[in-house]
Amino acid sequence: MGRKTLIPIGPYHPLQEEPELFKLYCDGEIVTDIKWETGYNHRGIEKLSESKTYDQVFFLVERICGICSTSHPFAFANAVEEIAGIEITDRAKYIRSVIGELERIHSHLLWVGLAGHFLGYNTVFMWAWKYREPVLDLFEMITGNRNSYAMFKVGGVRRDIENQKIPAIRKEMSVMRKKLDLLTGAVMDDPVIHARTKGVGVLTQQDIIDYAAVGPTARASGVDIDVRRDDPYAAYPLVNWKVITAQAGDVFAKAEVRLLEMYESASIIEQCIDALEKMEEGNVALKINDIPEGIGTGRAEAPRGEVFHFVVSDGSNSPARHKIRAPSYTNIATFKKSCIGQTISDATISLAAVDPCYCCTERMAAAYDASTGEKILNANELINLSLKRTSEIRKSDAGHE
Amino acid sequence: MKTEEAINKLTEKFSSDTLGVDLSQERRGIVSIRPSAILAVSEYLYRSEGYRFIIASAMHTRRGFEIYYHFSFDTEGMILSLHVILDSEKPHIESLSNMFSASNWIEREMHELFGINFINHPNQEKLISEGNWADDVFPYRKDFK
Repeated sequence: MGRKTLIPIGPYHPLQEEPELFKLYCDGEIVTDIKWETGYNHRGIEKLSESKTYDQVFFLVERICGICSTSHPFAFANAVEEIAGIEITDRAKYIRSVIGELERIHSHLLWVGLAGHFLGYNTVFMWAWKYREPVLDLFEMITGNRNSYAMFKVGGVRRDIENQKIPAIRKEMSVMRKKLDLLTGAVMDDPVIHARTKGVGVLTQQDIIDYAAVGPTARASGVDIDVRRDDPYAAYPLVNWKVITAQAGDVFAKAEVRLLEMYESASIIEQCIDALEKMEEGNVALKINDIPEGIGTGRAEAPRGEVFHFVVSDGSNSPARHKIRAPSYTNIATFKKSCIGQTISDATISLAAVDPCYCCTERMAAAYDASTGEKILNANELINLSLKRTSEIRKSDAGHE
Repeated sequence: MKTEEAINKLTEKFSSDTLGVDLSQERRGIVSIRPSAILAVSEYLYRSEGYRFIIASAMHTRRGFEIYYHFSFDTEGMILSLHVILDSEKPHIESLSNMFSASNWIEREMHELFGINFINHPNQEKLISEGNWADDVFPYRKDFK
């Protein structure tokens, strides 16, 4: 019998930008058991929510996740509108769907990049993140923020998408399709990616049902569920699109589902902005005075799967109980099935395959001279500076040899 | 209509354990049952009818400890919530985690935050505050200061 070794991943580890601890119990290279510890970041959001007004809770739940920051307000809005029996305007429905789908594109691109990074394939990482950047710029144009858009409220959305902004969105979607063609072709045909992801981290259909996994994790194992279609909300029943599924259940199938879903998202966005263009601007939010007593359950399909919010209202201006279930809560638990029996190097990509929630809102900073308003360093100057520094290092290294 | 049919089917089968039904929202149903029937009702939903367990929400109210077990019936887009009210002194209920793993974590979480005991849970350890929180102090109870 070989000696058992414990390999900790985390609590603070480059694989996870958020603190959680995976304990891999290994026999040689093979993972034999896995345990999970979390709570390093427990913020008590459910409890906090009971002390905030309905309007404030939107800002609170938006901060649960930095990447899919609109999915929680989406589900919360669905829950509260169910209690109050509110039917929002069509324009608000289309705007909500545009925001939701733009978020899916940027979140899936982020995952594709990170997956490439974990495989040691940094070219994919750099290209995918480069393609993601214009989506964040669109968000900045529409909402004023690259992340945490603060778009949702009870009864509609806070800002309209003015018709003059629509051509820019349409242009970016057509460019995005070309980028997706390139990326999908590069990922799906690459023999290295095939070798590293096919047959790795397999979740069977029974595993998915047992753990109640959701989102691309479930759809990659042939479980055909998607809240956007099954329990329709916002503008999803008003546009044509299809749910992407795969059968293999391995990491490659999860990548395939996410890549193909981005095309569907682009198509949904195009249909929504076409409809928006035909409507009159304005009238995106209803005036809501009171939330009556009642119980509401709201769901939204986040990039990682179904987000579930359960809200109990006692007729006051804040929730009496607010239960939140993020998709990673059920998806992460499937590690027990996907990682055991794998080698350590495959276990890391199996962990990353369900896209456990990461928070990253980095942006490039440019410095301006306060008196003249001119850029102190522009992009070319930064590149030249970097080249100069590299050549200096090379020279000094040559001197040592 | 499909929602009503599904709920009627359930309440007919478990008529002696059903305490109340709320169908006020479209595609949503809340069925109050006796806590002793939770295992049988959940087993029927999960194994015979193909429901998917979403999550359970616990509450501490004047009536005691309440749990809503949310199940999703995806072909109809319906959410069925089983509602139980537990004893306020010594809250306990049968664990569902031997039937499906999906409830494993949430039961541990409710045990930790509300102090509800889940009978026959395979591994009722702390989930989110291992090693940094006192035993028998339950932050989500109403009397927590």
